[in-house]
Amino acid sequence: MNFYIISLVKAGITAGVLLTFCAYLVWIERKVLAHIQLRPGPYRVGPHGLLQPLSDLIKLMTKEGVIPANVHTFFYLFAPFLAVALALISIVVIPFGPEFSILGVTTGLGLTDLNIGILLVLAVSSLGVYAIALGGWASNSKYSLMGGLRSAAQMISYELPMALAIVSPLLLLNTLNFREMVVAQEGFALGFIPRWTVFAGPVPQVFSFIIFMIAVFAETNRVPFDLPEAETELVAGFHTEYSSLMFAAFFTAEYANIITVCSVATALFLGGWQPLWPAAYGSNFVPPLIIGLAGLMLLYHGSQALKSRRWDRFSFPAIGVIFLGLAGLFFVPVLQPVLIPFFWFASKLLVLIFVFIWVRGTLPRFRYDQLMKFAWTFLFPAALINLLITGLVVALTS
Amino acid sequence: MDAILFLTFAAIAVACAINLVLQTHPISSALSLVGVMTSLAVLYLLLGGSFIAAVQVIVYAGAIMVLFIFVIMLLNTQGERTQPKKNVLPIAIALPLLFSLIGVLAAIVATQVPAGEIVKFGTFSGGDPLTFGRAMFTRYLLPFEVTSVLILIAIVGAVVLAKKEI
Amino acid sequence: MPPIPTVVPMSWYLILSAILFTLGAAGFLLRRNIITVFMCIELMLNAVNLTFVAFSHQLKQVDGHIFTFFVMVVAAAEAAVGLAIILTVFKNRQTLEIDEVSSMKL
Repeated sequence: MNFYIISLVKAGITAGVLLTFCAYLVWIERKVLAHIQLRPGPYRVGPHGLLQPLSDLIKLMTKEGVIPANVHTFFYLFAPFLAVALALISIVVIPFGPEFSILGVTTGLGLTDLNIGILLVLAVSSLGVYAIALGGWASNSKYSLMGGLRSAAQMISYELPMALAIVSPLLLLNTLNFREMVVAQEGFALGFIPRWTVFAGPVPQVFSFIIFMIAVFAETNRVPFDLPEAETELVAGFHTEYSSLMFAAFFTAEYANIITVCSVATALFLGGWQPLWPAAYGSNFVPPLIIGLAGLMLLYHGSQALKSRRWDRFSFPAIGVIFLGLAGLFFVPVLQPVLIPFFWFASKLLVLIFVFIWVRGTLPRFRYDQLMKFAWTFLFPAALINLLITGLVVALTS
Repeated sequence: MDAILFLTFAAIAVACAINLVLQTHPISSALSLVGVMTSLAVLYLLLGGSFIAAVQVIVYAGAIMVLFIFVIMLLNTQGERTQPKKNVLPIAIALPLLFSLIGVLAAIVATQVPAGEIVKFGTFSGGDPLTFGRAMFTRYLLPFEVTSVLILIAIVGAVVLAKKEI
Repeated sequence: MPPIPTVVPMSWYLILSAILFTLGAAGFLLRRNIITVFMCIELMLNAVNLTFVAFSHQLKQVDGHIFTFFVMVVAAAEAAVGLAIILTVFKNRQTLEIDEVSSMKL
């Protein structure tokens, strides 16, 4: 009984944090893209546009949900629901931090501890193809059908290099369980190089990491592989005929997928919650340093607020003080074993998400035949050769 | 808990199978089949086959059925037209035969399977990837290699059959 | 309300497999769209897979799982070639009803 209650509480917290993070990921993307393109981005709704996701949500909820005349109604309404459900399921197996005890309950920071965790992520991403194909077909429009089928074909083509790129580090880690994977990457070689999969072992998995990142750009339909939903190509691809909350559902599903694949990359290649250098050399002071610096910057900007934005004079220092308090929390010995690993996991996750947004602002998109040719004639053989070399070296050195 | 999970997912599987047989549009049938496959994957998990449950979803529900759905969408299949004169005779013969087949099979099962045999989640842990891989690559290596040749033949055959100019 | 049992006898899995197999066979004989007939074949294969995994649990060996794996692989190969054949039939006859593809009937 205890187990069910703890799981329900963890599930509620994770769902809430994840959905809020999806909404604010939209804000992060718009701001980062804007600064790459030398413009301010959302600026007016709340301080520095922080309430923009809220106003987007209100707009999408209050729009008229137009269901076109000749759609297949059940599948039209089922597809966005399926997309969001599948996108949220894969978060279940990702561990955010080590085991800890609070109030006499020992539990891991992460929802479950499946022995076949990585297979569940692969299975859910295989099922994600249905949401897009159904959404495209049910809309009874040729743009949607072409966009949906192209997107589905792209997703299943890139599943193969992604799976092979996942298998290569598994040869070094010897387990399919995410938590054991992260635990196997602890420790430091030569005293200061972390034993993450990209650095460690008989063969550092750098190529697997690169192949995995390229494959998940295509799996999540992001630039440079986002031809099926590009505005200039197929109107909006498979979600052309969707409006209001159903469109918001597809959007949320895409961002949740990005968070999922970046979490998988973090746990598999970048060592999960393991710190970058040993705690003996002071890595426990990095989180409070960064957050404390952010708090001090907010205090400074609050004192320099413009005349036209007088509200900033109060809100910025208030949030700055909150940040300084958060930085102080990192020194509390009871909370340290929970907060510091979670900080490292979150920072690696955010670096990978920043790479996703950076690539969106920088690269042009592939044409569809270039995309498919790249998958089958370059990426798949490269992943195979990488797996062969890794397997050979592991077999020869053990 | 085992019984609740089994009954729920068995009911979902049978409902999706009945839906598969009764629906007119092939896409609805295909999605019902995907429902059957995923509920069977849960039943495999209850029987201790964690690897085979994942393979069922990844390969069967995630690749083979996607192929079916692609073909149905590309051929722009309409639902089956109902016959102008609905022929009752095949259905009148088939349904009793069907139920009697189910009855006979169930009777055989109920009498032949030893009575005390129960399935409890956790009694068989030999379906994990480690045991599966060990058996596959030592004892069943030859069938494994033969099936890889089979898949190669199937790929070549499918490409040749579906080409535009033949 | 009859008491819900707490353990599941093995025969329930086999009866479920029998029901699914019979439904697949019924669909195979009664439906007229080629693709639906093909999907009923896949349903029958899935029912057989369930039987294999159930007996593998009873005998406490992994060989049943391996056989299931091979059944899935063969089903994949068969689906690929079968759908290519269906595409060719559609290109030539423009219909997907098995009653109309009967030029070789006596």
